[in-house]
Amino acid sequence: MTSAIHERTSPHAGPAPLMRRILLQGRYETLTMIRNGEQLILAVIMPLLALVGLTVTPLLDGLGAGRVDIATPGVLALCAMSTAFTGQGIATGFDRRYGVLRFLSTTPLGRTGLIAGKIIAVLAVLVLQVLVIGAVAALLGWHPRPEGWLSGLALLILGAAAFTALGLLVAGTVRPEATLAITNLLWILLGALGGIVVPAERLPELAQNVVHFLPSGALGQSLRDAFLQGNVSVPYVLVLLLWTIVPGAAAVRWFKWN
Amino acid sequence: MRSPESPVLTIDGLIKDVGPLASLDGKMLRVVSGLSMFAERGQITALLGANGAGKTTTLECAQGLQKRTGGRIELLGEDPDTAGANLRSRVGVMLQDGGLPPSARPIPLLRHIAGMYRKPLPLDSLVERLGIDTFSRTGVRRLSGGQKQRLSLAAALIGNPEVLFLDEPSAGLDPQSRQIVFELIAELRDSGMGIILTTHLMDDAQRLADYVYIIDGGHNVAEGTVADLLSHSHEAMDGVTERTLFFDAPAGLDISAAIGDDLAITESRAGSYAISGTLTPQHLAKLTAWWAEKGIMPASLRLEARSLEDVFLDISGREIR
Repeated sequence: MTSAIHERTSPHAGPAPLMRRILLQGRYETLTMIRNGEQLILAVIMPLLALVGLTVTPLLDGLGAGRVDIATPGVLALCAMSTAFTGQGIATGFDRRYGVLRFLSTTPLGRTGLIAGKIIAVLAVLVLQVLVIGAVAALLGWHPRPEGWLSGLALLILGAAAFTALGLLVAGTVRPEATLAITNLLWILLGALGGIVVPAERLPELAQNVVHFLPSGALGQSLRDAFLQGNVSVPYVLVLLLWTIVPGAAAVRWFKWN
Repeated sequence: MRSPESPVLTIDGLIKDVGPLASLDGKMLRVVSGLSMFAERGQITALLGANGAGKTTTLECAQGLQKRTGGRIELLGEDPDTAGANLRSRVGVMLQDGGLPPSARPIPLLRHIAGMYRKPLPLDSLVERLGIDTFSRTGVRRLSGGQKQRLSLAAALIGNPEVLFLDEPSAGLDPQSRQIVFELIAELRDSGMGIILTTHLMDDAQRLADYVYIIDGGHNVAEGTVADLLSHSHEAMDGVTERTLFFDAPAGLDISAAIGDDLAITESRAGSYAISGTLTPQHLAKLTAWWAEKGIMPASLRLEARSLEDVFLDISGREIR
């Protein structure tokens, strides 16, 4: 028999500090995301394919700017949708299925720490995506307006917030298999027709009027405005805010932990 | 009934409704209805009952995972519904379904959870003690049931809790894991931890528990030490003990011809008999005399006093799995 592992200390030493718990969870979730092959394909490979595809084909010709200059902001928006909506939604859905959310909420991390950790992971992966896509786009000749970076990054974060809220709403209310289907399907539909990588004016007429009100269209169009013209379009910001607040409140209300 | 000395958990008149459920025409279902119990420091308290009796729901209300509909719960002096990280750091939880991420590896996962506490237990000794070092390079997804349970127990213990909740701790355990886990649980109890476990296995309760609450239909129907519960009922009332005599002999014997029909005689499988009731020396003499007359030599013969299972069936009148 080995020695006693349990040593009674009185009083109990308590939890680690809140910030440390949240950062630990953020690091853990980030590593889990970037070690997952399927997530990497969705987060990095697919956006890279879209970037190269739009740069070597004439799809974006005749819109007043170079192909790569129009393509890159949309691909960055696609990255936010990949990570915050599809990747994050699927991971949360399966964590819920396996009881991981319930177990972690009994540790000092708690539910608040769990969600904070997820937000950190989404932002960390987004930073990696911006670095990779930005570097490849630069090699392909991308010349963003320098003043576009500040508003561009702020819009990316706002877009990631909206897609995180939507992803958590789906993951918290339906079975994980359904989350997988819904988030992947929406990624393809919004990616192709949602005004995210292909500007609204190149979409079918029906879609043109709708995409400005979708989180995909609002993020894609506003990022193009930022990096091509260096300006921020307030209506798109409002659309993104609305898509953050409404699904966010719905997720708080209807998210089922078990 | 006993009175509390220094309880780590007190539950008073717990009520929990779930729903609305479509199967009940949109009505709520009451899964816990007036359950009361307490658990002492340095003791193992077992909630014993069939599946669906309300044991897991009770634990989840105590852990703050589910909000109760009514009643009072005090865990280490706090209400689990409003308590924060400080209370959670003093309470270890092993869920019935484990709650471990399938893609994780055991050691990094435990190290991560340990980081949530100011002063966690030393990882190495916990890992060695639970035999996790033998599968430390295998992902959670590929672990056997027993390995998963041992890892879940380690995850519940890493924060050095004062109170430990174990929901069906022996589910999926092979005999070797069971030995390791049961020894550790008993040792933790002896060191002063308050342990609350649920089980539907009589054997678990009989081997581990200092105090047992029998739960049926959402509330406690009986309680006591294992010894109390075993001596409860018939013996206390009329001084005789119920026993069961098991034996294997040729199939199709008419046992009542030998000993009369005041006892319950069953032949559960062909040739496998059980006689239960208030067995007397006279019954045994009649039976063996009858065997001698017929030239029957049983292949096996066993006499048992009441088991906790008999007590449970007496009290709840329900089949237990």
